[in-house]
Amino acid sequence: MRLELKGITKKFGDFTANDQIDLVAESGEIHCLLGENGAGKSTLMNVLYGLYQADGGEVILDGKPTKFAGPGEAMKAGIGMVHQHFMLIPVFTVAENVILGHEPTKPLGFLDVEKARELVREISSRFGFDIDPDAVVGDLPVGVQQRVEIIKALISDAQVLIFDEPTAVLTPQETDELMEIMRQLKDEGKAIVFITHKLREVKEVADKITVIRLGKVVGQAKPSDTTEQLASMMVGREVDLSVNKDPANLGEASFQVQNLTAFSPSGNKVLDDVSFEVQRGEIFVIAGVQGNGQTELAESILGIQDKVSGSIKLEGKELLGKSVKKVLDSGVGFVPEDRTEDGLVADFTIAENLMLDRSDRPPFAKGIQLQLKNLHEFAGQKLKSFDIRARSIFSKANQLSGGNQQKVVLARELSRDLKLLIASQPTRGLDVGSIEFVHEQIVAARDSGIPVVIIATELDEATQLGDRVAVMYKGKIVGVVSPDTQREELGKLMAGISA
Amino acid sequence: MKQQNLIREIFSGNAVIPIFAVVASFLFGGILIAFANEEVQEASGYFFSRPGDTISAVLNSVVGAYDALFRGSIFNYQASTAQGMIKPLTETLAFATPITLAGLGLAVSFRSGLFNIGAQGQIIFGAMFAGYVGLSFELPFLIHMPMAVLAGLLGGALWGGLVGLLKATTGANEVVVTIMFNYVALLLLTYLLKTPVFQAPNQVNPISSPVAESSRLPGILGDGFRLHFGLIIMLAMVVAVWWLMHRSSIGFQFRALGYNPSAARTAGINIPLTYILVMAVSGGLAGMAGASQVLGADRQLTVGISATFGFDAITVALLGRNNPFGVLAAGLLFGGLRSGAVLMQANQGVPVDIVLVVQSTIVLFIAAPPLVRSLFRLPKPKAVQA
Ligand SMILES: Nc1ncnc2c1ncn2[C@@H]1O[C@H](COP(=O)(O)OP(=O)(O)OP(=O)(O)O)[C@@H](O)[C@H]1O
Ligand SMILES: [Mg+2]
Repeated sequence: MRLELKGITKKFGDFTANDQIDLVAESGEIHCLLGENGAGKSTLMNVLYGLYQADGGEVILDGKPTKFAGPGEAMKAGIGMVHQHFMLIPVFTVAENVILGHEPTKPLGFLDVEKARELVREISSRFGFDIDPDAVVGDLPVGVQQRVEIIKALISDAQVLIFDEPTAVLTPQETDELMEIMRQLKDEGKAIVFITHKLREVKEVADKITVIRLGKVVGQAKPSDTTEQLASMMVGREVDLSVNKDPANLGEASFQVQNLTAFSPSGNKVLDDVSFEVQRGEIFVIAGVQGNGQTELAESILGIQDKVSGSIKLEGKELLGKSVKKVLDSGVGFVPEDRTEDGLVADFTIAENLMLDRSDRPPFAKGIQLQLKNLHEFAGQKLKSFDIRARSIFSKANQLSGGNQQKVVLARELSRDLKLLIASQPTRGLDVGSIEFVHEQIVAARDSGIPVVIIATELDEATQLGDRVAVMYKGKIVGVVSPDTQREELGKLMAGISA
Repeated sequence: MKQQNLIREIFSGNAVIPIFAVVASFLFGGILIAFANEEVQEASGYFFSRPGDTISAVLNSVVGAYDALFRGSIFNYQASTAQGMIKPLTETLAFATPITLAGLGLAVSFRSGLFNIGAQGQIIFGAMFAGYVGLSFELPFLIHMPMAVLAGLLGGALWGGLVGLLKATTGANEVVVTIMFNYVALLLLTYLLKTPVFQAPNQVNPISSPVAESSRLPGILGDGFRLHFGLIIMLAMVVAVWWLMHRSSIGFQFRALGYNPSAARTAGINIPLTYILVMAVSGGLAGMAGASQVLGADRQLTVGISATFGFDAITVALLGRNNPFGVLAAGLLFGGLRSGAVLMQANQGVPVDIVLVVQSTIVLFIAAPPLVRSLFRLPKPKAVQA
């Protein structure tokens, strides 16, 4: 199968998100799409998948121009998409999810679930997935859910598979496995379009690379190009891929967590006697595979974790047991790991999102009267200084590309008067240029003399950014090491094998 | 969450769907009018020999009915006096006053993600509180009237706020609670109207004495009209609600809660407190509708004080897309339907129920935007990207 996109143009109002884009995906090939946040990658894929209608250009399948009115038609034509936000129904089983939309039936219209189970087993064994067709999807880890999506695409006999930032939510191990799966799919003769911001992944699997910037194709690159070359082609300037920071100028340990223990609603111990201290002017990274208590730790500090005991002190004052508002008011900046769920109100404008946690005080409010002039001025500044790519401060958050949404959250949290910064995966979904910028901001926060806690799943980020790196495993801190510790050793700690 | 998504879906978008929903409902109402018309039925008996007769009968019935609706609700050009000509419009405004006030209240709660369908009960509580103040004191007008209105606001706010409190402390679903509270309020009113608390002396019917002169909302155009000061209060509330929701930090937090509760929580917004506040504001507005009825329109408490205003208000909030000015427009439309229906029945023999059908089909069309879109071939709304 050969899929050709020719001169695709897509406009939102008078803004051109895709400008005459050409792209070819061929069987047995992995085609990487690289580009900054907001370059138009997801938009292009949504056009291809029938979610958006193009304003110009055509989609050519095996020489025949085609048009998809919706994802249903795209699927029939053999195009499958693994979405960044999974489109699965959490309360359904794997088998039920996989057949949703083209349910095999027995005579009289009864659902043939047995057939579905078989299909799942068959594809699972072909790719070495270990998936129980009767497992409820909501109970599965993200990495496995993603495989369910892949199975779903394969069952409808997709010949072209689109992966839009599939690795943003995966652990390093899961990422490696996904790369393997993509190679296998390619060997089976599928055409793959792969979007990612992680250049290492690109170099590892890509056969072809197309770079887009500001909605236009700026050129092709080769997998053999260096990461620096790829990065500068994407962003249009030189990018510094390592974190530049001076040695930490340490002050007293103003943030102290002691004997923190917490239980999940179902009674499992999710935090097990966690204690650590962070000094002023220090970046303390908590590394670990997602799901080992990091979320609960962050939420305990913010004050939204139930059933938690111990002590959390900032500058000598106890935070545990305080309301979220009190915690934020005592100078805690908080970047949640899930920006769409916890960080932003999608239907609010950028400006409104920028005052989300300060709407009741100056400069944004006088009494209860909002000071919109102040807000708009503030938002205008942040749009510039954080390089948020949007048409204006009145654009809604849900019209922003993923990376730009993240920048809105960061802009809000970093522009408060902070005594402590806690950020979960602050660069998730960001392009290399933005990562450089965010790292600079985090280092600047550190250098302003506050303790900084970063929760990271990427080893590179952990070791480059951190002054000390703690590793969490099963709710415990299993080791605190220096950032120049060997990758292998860190990997072992993360897997629960103590050194 | 599911419920919230549905509410959001219904309320998102612009004025296009509501306007088309209204147009579609009137068209549908027209078809029913034609079907129910005797001349049309007769003429259709010999449709194939003289189709013209059927067509003109259809036109006559529909045009006649809607003409009567117009004359009954906006401007009666057939009336002999100037007063008679503008009377319909004032009737429309009089009906629109409580419906819009309650609709504003519901719009506040819907915008904040709470599906308050207890306006009916909150109107009753407002009416009881305002009625009590109006019946029990003799005070100078400038003190008594505002005090009675505020009592109405307070009554509704307490009754609504209680629902918020239950939700905040026990997690009770506000839909279920408000439905139950509607019954409780009505039964309490019925009971109290049979006790000396409200019942007029020497009365066997559940009815109160007239409220004190000094507590009444004064008439606007004089005795010939039902129009009263409640209209001014209602218009002021339209602006006040707009200001609250779009220019105050409280409304900002309400909306944040409505759009994304978990982001609101992460941003330090006190969710339980906000539930209580939202429901109190929402109930307070409905309470003012009750005050306006007891102090301005009926001037006494009866079991029918809230009519069906609390339910009409749900549709009005839906139709107005929770925007205060939209709610005003929808409230005026509903007021007009109510006042026009009377003349339509009297003049054209079209049953009042047709208005109910039109109102109900509006709900149907609004709740099913894809249906309206396909009927009028409107383009799909832009998909929202992840
Ligand atoms: N529904 C929409 N309405 C208006 N503008 C939109 C809409 N969807 C996307 N855009 C704009 O189009 C541009 C391209 O967005 P797109 O999501 O395709 O970027 P992307 O390349 O996928 O970025 P990222 O790497 O951050 O995911 C952005 O500037 C975005 O603001
Ligand atoms: Mg994207």
